[in-house]
Amino acid sequence: MLALIPLLPLGGFLVNAFIGRRLPKSVSGGLATALMAVSFVISVMQVLALAAMPPENRQINQLLFNWIAVGDFTLDLALRLDALSAVMILVVTGIGSLIHLYSTSYMHEETDADFARFFSYLNLFCFFMLMLVLGSNVLVMFVGWEGVGLCSYLLIGFYYQKQSAADAAKKAFVVNRVGDFAFILGALLLVVTFNSLDFNTMALAAKAMPVETGFGTLSLITLLMFIGATGKSAQIPLYTWLPDAMEGPTPVSALIHAATMVTAGVYMIGRNAMLFEHAPMTLQIVAVVGAATALFAGTIGLVQNDIKRVLAYSTVSQLGYMFLAMGVGAYGAGIFHLYTHAFFKACLFLGSGAVIHALHGEQDIRKMGGLKKHIPITYWTFVIASVAIAGVPLLSGFFSKDEILFETFVEGHQLLWVVGAVTSLLTATYMWRLVHLTFHGEERFGHSEAHGHDDHHAPAQPAIQAHGHSGAHGHGAPHDAPWPMATALVVLAVGSIVAGYVNVPHAVGGHANLHEWLKPVFNATNCGQEVTTGGLAGLAIAECTPIEERSGDHTALELTLMGVSSLLAFAGILLATLLWLKNRQIPARLAAQYPGVHRLLLNKYYVDELYDATIVQPIKVMSTEGLWRGFDVKVVDGAVNGAGYLVSGVSVVLRLLQNGSVKTYAASMFVGAVAVLAYYLWR
Amino acid sequence: MPLGHYLVLSGLLFAIGTAGVFLRRNLITLLLSVELMLNAVNLAFVAFGRQWGAVDGQIITFFVMTVAAAEAAVGLALVIGLFRHRESLNPEAFTSLKW
Repeated sequence: MLALIPLLPLGGFLVNAFIGRRLPKSVSGGLATALMAVSFVISVMQVLALAAMPPENRQINQLLFNWIAVGDFTLDLALRLDALSAVMILVVTGIGSLIHLYSTSYMHEETDADFARFFSYLNLFCFFMLMLVLGSNVLVMFVGWEGVGLCSYLLIGFYYQKQSAADAAKKAFVVNRVGDFAFILGALLLVVTFNSLDFNTMALAAKAMPVETGFGTLSLITLLMFIGATGKSAQIPLYTWLPDAMEGPTPVSALIHAATMVTAGVYMIGRNAMLFEHAPMTLQIVAVVGAATALFAGTIGLVQNDIKRVLAYSTVSQLGYMFLAMGVGAYGAGIFHLYTHAFFKACLFLGSGAVIHALHGEQDIRKMGGLKKHIPITYWTFVIASVAIAGVPLLSGFFSKDEILFETFVEGHQLLWVVGAVTSLLTATYMWRLVHLTFHGEERFGHSEAHGHDDHHAPAQPAIQAHGHSGAHGHGAPHDAPWPMATALVVLAVGSIVAGYVNVPHAVGGHANLHEWLKPVFNATNCGQEVTTGGLAGLAIAECTPIEERSGDHTALELTLMGVSSLLAFAGILLATLLWLKNRQIPARLAAQYPGVHRLLLNKYYVDELYDATIVQPIKVMSTEGLWRGFDVKVVDGAVNGAGYLVSGVSVVLRLLQNGSVKTYAASMFVGAVAVLAYYLWR
Repeated sequence: MPLGHYLVLSGLLFAIGTAGVFLRRNLITLLLSVELMLNAVNLAFVAFGRQWGAVDGQIITFFVMTVAAAEAAVGLALVIGLFRHRESLNPEAFTSLKW
């Protein structure tokens, strides 16, 4: 039963990949969507079955077959559903189904073959993602890990005739390979250390080990795995591929580059929480990298002008939050944010897709504005998701973000808390900048075609009427999302509102259900024997003791911090309204006043250029001059050609023997015969 | 007659044939010399057969005679072909079949 969850999308992939081009769109897209929906229903049933079990052994295992058996090392291809993977499969299949539904409408203008290709990739992605989260050991996870990377490559490069899309796909793949290499090294080191790759076995073995005070084996393993996570989850220093990945179709950005694949790194740390818990140095690095990424990406997001790129940097920033949570040991909070983020970020991306759809491919927010009355459904869902991500109280983002900030503060990382709080202000600001520039203010779209490139003033209304022939896909007034897109948007918007209520903190009278649900996973089942030595002993015990006791001490603090971050959220929204709606000349004046800073942000801190100069170009030069013109031409070709020259040189001498004279040949035969006879006679 | 006499004669004939192959400048004479060498060998076979009272020597001889007849036919045909091509019977004129 468990295996059906990933196998259904795989079936959809096979059908669409092989006969999809001959099927009408309604069949290929409908099949892919229906299979995901069935997979979601099965997931819900399985999770309900899981919930019915006693908390200390909530696990459903399914052994598919024994994969590797070498000596005393065995590895199964097995699936395991526990509290953590339950959250993930619900997110993947649930949001995946909605995005499939959305795509049936969004991709409708493609040809039948491209349409089927799109859905086959999308289904294949879901299969690999489900293998990643359901795998019971590192290798199965790694298969999924690589598979989602492949699908990400295929989908970013979906419009492969477009140079920028093909380049972005390649970049994503190559950057991911850098991280994957570290991940492989980490996995190999795990085999050496634990002689097993099963998550349960490793967690129990790690639990028995002392917490490392210096930089030991566990620290190295976890650091390598974290480097893998920085590639997949777009953290410093390997985040550069994610903004470029926006070249892919928008539903892909929503599914892969916001809701699911990029959170794989966070999931991986949660899955190996016991290992990370015993490597405090790595955890420190994770926390710092996460916080730095959150702030860094947030500042870039503030000045970008492409609607999807703003969301991409926002995703990087929010992933930074999740890693910050993981790094301070608040695994539950990190997974909680992963879960709420999936709703509002998928909603935002799908909303941006609806905007782009409505404007026939326009992505520059400087050429939007005033869309509110044209596309109300998109507008309202987008606003709800923006409010949620900004952290306005009572929506999902508020609960998860506050919890991360609170845990960061309580675990004693006040400096990181400040970074997180500033980022939270930035998040609210850039999201509302996006909302204002896209939906509010004057209309700046449509007239560039009619009146040349005069895209700043002039009443837009006549221009739109001039385009008046409003067929379903004609160049008429922006039209709102058709029903499949609207359904997905509305469901996700509702999710953005209510998703946070599964984990209302105790401080405001909730029960922190998600924490209770996830706790056995992070503590390796039983809380009885906690590690009592080493630097993190106190923390480990704190994790273990029922949350009521700890929050008893901190209710006041938690409420204070909640108040602070709520204020920050409102301040951010207010700031954005002031700067980009009421007083649009202020940002321009600021940009003019600090041209250096503005250019630095607009060019994304020149990180791509830096990587190009320090890594890409040296590798290119080394490959061209050293490996190609040096080794390949001189050594490899030299050896092959040299062998040829040697043979022809020797044969210049040898061919003198073959002069064509029959008598010479007869003489040599005679001499040979005499020599053979002589040998036998005098032997 | 002892075997030795036959073998000496056979050896002499073979030597004459060999010398002919190396020394004469006419392709037809060359073929004749080759025939001489074959018949020297035939003589040796027959002599051995008589010495050991076995028919094998004579059987082999028949084979050699058959092959020699075929060889003479093919050889003479080639010689005619070559002569038509080059107007010469000197073996040194035919050296173009090389590398």
